[in-house]
Amino acid sequence: MPDFQPKIVAFVCNWCTYAGADLTGTSRMKYSPQVSIIRFPCTGRIDFMLLLKAFASGADGIIVSGCHPNDCHYSSGNFHARRRWIIFRGLLDFLGIDVSRVQFSWVSAAEGAKWAQLVNETSERIRELGPFTGYQRLRGLGVG
Amino acid sequence: MARIGVFICHCGENISATVDVKKVAAAAARIPGVAHSVEYKYMCSDPGQQLVKNAIREKNLTGVVVAACSPRMHEPTFRRACAEAGLNPFLCEMANIREHCSWVHEKGDATTEKAVDIVRTLVAKVKKNKALQPIQVPVTKVALVIGGGIAGIQSSLDIANAGHRVILVEREPSIGGHMSQLSETFPTLDCSQCILTPRMVEVAQHPNITLYSYAELESLDGFIGNFKARIRKKARSLDETLCTGCGLCMQKCPTRRIPSEFDAGLGLRPAIYVPFPQAVPNKPVIDREHCTYYRTGKCRLCEKICPTQAIRFDQPDEIVEVDVGAIVLATGFDIKHSDFFPEYGYGRYPDVIDGLQFERLASASGPTLGEMRRPSDGKVPETVVFIACAGSRDPAKGIEYCSKICCMYTAKHAMLYRHKVHGGKPYVFYMDVRAGGKMYEEFVRRAMEEEGVQYVRGRVSRVFERNGKLVVKGADTLLGARPIEIEADLVVLATAAVAQPGAEELAQKLHVSYDTHQFFAEAHPKLRPVETNTAGIFLAGACQAPKDIPESVAQASGAAAKVAALFSQAELVRDPLIAVVDRQAPPVYSSCVGCFLCQSACPYQAIEKEEIRGRDGQLIKTVAKVNPGLCQGCGTCVAFCRTKSIDIQGFSHEQVHAEVLALLNRGERDA
Repeated sequence: MPDFQPKIVAFVCNWCTYAGADLTGTSRMKYSPQVSIIRFPCTGRIDFMLLLKAFASGADGIIVSGCHPNDCHYSSGNFHARRRWIIFRGLLDFLGIDVSRVQFSWVSAAEGAKWAQLVNETSERIRELGPFTGYQRLRGLGVG
Repeated sequence: MARIGVFICHCGENISATVDVKKVAAAAARIPGVAHSVEYKYMCSDPGQQLVKNAIREKNLTGVVVAACSPRMHEPTFRRACAEAGLNPFLCEMANIREHCSWVHEKGDATTEKAVDIVRTLVAKVKKNKALQPIQVPVTKVALVIGGGIAGIQSSLDIANAGHRVILVEREPSIGGHMSQLSETFPTLDCSQCILTPRMVEVAQHPNITLYSYAELESLDGFIGNFKARIRKKARSLDETLCTGCGLCMQKCPTRRIPSEFDAGLGLRPAIYVPFPQAVPNKPVIDREHCTYYRTGKCRLCEKICPTQAIRFDQPDEIVEVDVGAIVLATGFDIKHSDFFPEYGYGRYPDVIDGLQFERLASASGPTLGEMRRPSDGKVPETVVFIACAGSRDPAKGIEYCSKICCMYTAKHAMLYRHKVHGGKPYVFYMDVRAGGKMYEEFVRRAMEEEGVQYVRGRVSRVFERNGKLVVKGADTLLGARPIEIEADLVVLATAAVAQPGAEELAQKLHVSYDTHQFFAEAHPKLRPVETNTAGIFLAGACQAPKDIPESVAQASGAAAKVAALFSQAELVRDPLIAVVDRQAPPVYSSCVGCFLCQSACPYQAIEKEEIRGRDGQLIKTVAKVNPGLCQGCGTCVAFCRTKSIDIQGFSHEQVHAEVLALLNRGERDA
């Protein structure tokens, strides 16, 4: 499926990754336009049911990214997010969603280049995986 | 019914060169609930803002989306404009189609489509926005300055002179920092201590400044205007109120052969010491690691000799708690030390030294009393090779950046050497000479043309010993990369300026961002260079990036001005983007079931218990309540709540769900 353009949603924290993505822009680095960002105060705010909601609504892939461990603007939100992710990835398997459709990462406010790389690698991987077709089934399960 | 106005900015060509703004405006106009959609060349300009204000009034808008740059840039601008037009500022959102779209993608349909997606997402969000009232919090008008180098000193003095109390914390036994170690300063060749020590004394004597030397920040809680800092005053092992600084103890101390930190390891000091004679405060500390008494349990000579009985061997560290309203971070820099340059023999040959060590050799207060004698045998070096960019601008060593100060201080070093050793031959190996600054280029020219310093453009591959000489092997790239060998008596490396050890740990304590080299990150590289991303914490000096003295001083005064501006307000206005717990009419009162998972999740202890009682005073239920003064709006509690009873204003469940659905265009796909 060469012309498949995946739809990827990035859930990022305001302080590190959002600012990092701003820096990517300020530095005029290029990346694939299939990723759009939704801003949260902190990755600790992210209710992971939202990820399922995004899949049920037609997302092909998801990025969750915040501050590096120990660097959270609010001290510990990113640790909560990491724990949640560890539990959540098992649930993805259970729901029949390929775990590699979700990319969990840390991008700091100084890592503009890392953000571009992360987006490009993720979109490339999702492109190889093809469209996510299970969204209707997810909705049947009552998600979203 | 929502009446949303969408305002799309061209940002000159920054957006319109890759995004078809007209298409975006047309697409936005078709989004349900959008009552007004226009594009304009510069939305942030006065006429641009006027466009927004007029539309709010004329079209009776209930929400505004400005599709332009990052909200980190202009959200305050447009929220203010909305407020001026009578619309609650929290009903305005920015759609970031510049940093996250036009700047990072090529021109094309996909980029325009993405811009439309972003606009649609924010329109969906703003429909769910609620009018919010800002929170007012009191301001504690006391500043904490961390680091007592020239930047910290300048900031402290400026804030204190503005009439506010300052608490200055310095890790070392004396304030003064690296500047006190320097012999002379470029480009004037002023004696560094001569211009610095009056400032140090001023700090000590200023009625508004409390100085905690030999102290470190233990922890920090709170938020702008209302920080609580715990400071560890390390035990000096003497009673400062009794000590007169007479120095007898230092003369008599039997443990005398400890490398002096102040002399960059070239001189020696006793176990009870002040770092240098002009130290502020002029009170010694006992270095417990080396002191004979602490190691063997015997000695106590200083105690016997002290005329005021000030020595306290059993003194513990003391923790001081202070309330402060703002913080200036001025922790400075360090230079790369040994084993980073095995090819240059640094650490292996005693006559391969770094720039700070050379400063001490050249300083009249240094271990050689200003005579140019090399460390190994005390001989006057006849040939000295200075190697610039030792580590800096070297991605292979992991330091890509320019350390900025080395070109200038290397020229200064070579000049000082020539002034002290008239027949001496100084060579400088360099990559480029970067001498931007007032009188800087002229200074380097003087070194080259008048002072007989031989500049060789090329890198040094290695330094090795041969017949008692240090052979510097390099290439002269201006002579066709011709290999060149110089037999030197002393080699000085202008090693890279790096962040202080412990900078990362400190940043984590303060929740301040830092870059990959552990330099603290400013809020905006151009327009907010003295602020951090954490409100109320400011930056001064080389803890942000390598800087010379005038730049550090300028930034320190800038930080002080920011603090003074903050303290000029009686009350601080904060964005109300905080958590709230559901409250509703009886008989439910609140959907909160009182599990208090949120309480254990909250990093700020902002969740309290509230008892809901009936008219007869009978307890109906105990539910969570958010203290708006303490809540910082991280939203960790929101993701924890089992019953979705706690929500965060500005990033509520409704808002983020609407965003996800709109971004994925769920409406259309379903239809």
